[in-house]
Amino acid sequence: MADLHFLASPARFRRLSQRVLPSLALATVLMLAFGLYLALIQSPPDYQQGDTVRIMFVHVPSAWLAMAGYGLLAALGASLLIWRHPLAALMARASAPVGAGFCAVCLLTGALWGRPMWGAYWVWDARLTSMLLLFFLYLGHIALSRAYDEPERGDRAAAILALVGVINLPIIKFSVDWWNTLHQPASVARLGGPSIHPSILVPLLWMAATLFLLFVLLVLLRTDTEIDRRRLENAEVQS
Amino acid sequence: MSGFAGLVARDLRLVWRRPGDVAVVLAFFVVATILFPLGIGPEANVLARIAAGVLWCAALFAALLSLDRLFAADHEDGTLDLLLLAPWPLELAALAKCCAHWIVTGLPLAALAPVLGVTFGLEPRVLWALAATLLVGTPTLSLIGGLAAALTLGARKSGALLALLALPLCVPTLIFGAGAVESLATGGDFGAHIAILAALALVALATTPWAIAAALRQAGE
Repeated sequence: MADLHFLASPARFRRLSQRVLPSLALATVLMLAFGLYLALIQSPPDYQQGDTVRIMFVHVPSAWLAMAGYGLLAALGASLLIWRHPLAALMARASAPVGAGFCAVCLLTGALWGRPMWGAYWVWDARLTSMLLLFFLYLGHIALSRAYDEPERGDRAAAILALVGVINLPIIKFSVDWWNTLHQPASVARLGGPSIHPSILVPLLWMAATLFLLFVLLVLLRTDTEIDRRRLENAEVQS
Repeated sequence: MSGFAGLVARDLRLVWRRPGDVAVVLAFFVVATILFPLGIGPEANVLARIAAGVLWCAALFAALLSLDRLFAADHEDGTLDLLLLAPWPLELAALAKCCAHWIVTGLPLAALAPVLGVTFGLEPRVLWALAATLLVGTPTLSLIGGLAAALTLGARKSGALLALLALPLCVPTLIFGAGAVESLATGGDFGAHIAILAALALVALATTPWAIAAALRQAGE
């Protein structure tokens, strides 16, 4: 925890991120290039899904990152409310749209995959529905943090919302599962049966690592921008 | 505890002197509900099939509609500052406000829903079940809505934002509320649905007052 407190100062964070960002960006680009080669060329088409299985290499990591991103928002919210870390507010403001973006990518790629596989862009499957609700929780967070004339007020309101949301997410997930089994039996194809063949699993994990780096990169970049923006606003107020 | 009762009584008195505010909410509930037969068509078995979901959704919207003034009036006239300075917990004050909101919206909605259910051709026992689910479920809506109202206090365009924040969090209550009524038709376990609905209300009762108080403290700063 001591290290996290060390990072709580925006100036210190900024110095550190400036040092890390170029190499992180380079690593992300190189890993993405190789990951795309693995996913699009090297891996074989699935025996049932054909080439559409390649959508999964983006879809599944996006879903993981969208969920992890909300966890990050809640952790940042707790850090803001408990220790009043100024950086936590800026990072939450920076990471919420990134998480929402991955959530949207997950929903869109899921729709594109669902059309040839299930015959429909959208079905009211429990997983899809809870992902959609997660997307709305993200939108609420983004809208609330930007709804005030004083940004600090929006930051703290959004922090409370993130904590309430993270408590509610399991309840929402459970109730949507219940609702779906009540209305219709699950009739969806599962990815490659019980186990995933290594020829699919390796590109999947590689792409997950790549998109994780991309997530970190975007959050760091946007946090830097937020620090600059907050400084500019304060400078305008003072002059 | 006398402070709690006093605050509830004060809110009820305020509503009593301006009954139009509650009447508008109930009128909205009725109008929103009767739009569905007009939009879908008067086919009796279709209406009976969708009645529980329609009435629950309309009740949810009506409850949210009345929430944006829950703390705003107190914020404007300085009552909220006094509550923040008062020697008893702000959490209790938040709970009292939500309690008063439930008495003036949740209760009338639960009473009115069976009457509207008649127009959807529901059987008597389903009407009773509908009232029971709304009675157990609407406290959760008042508490979650109260949290959304506290979070959006002083925000730009707070009304639409309030709905965006509260609706995803109200999904479990909607699912089990409408599901309970439907379980009567499909032969499901009505008691289990009511029990989960009550559990959701208790979880909201145990958690939201703290979150509302935290949000109100920020608004007062």
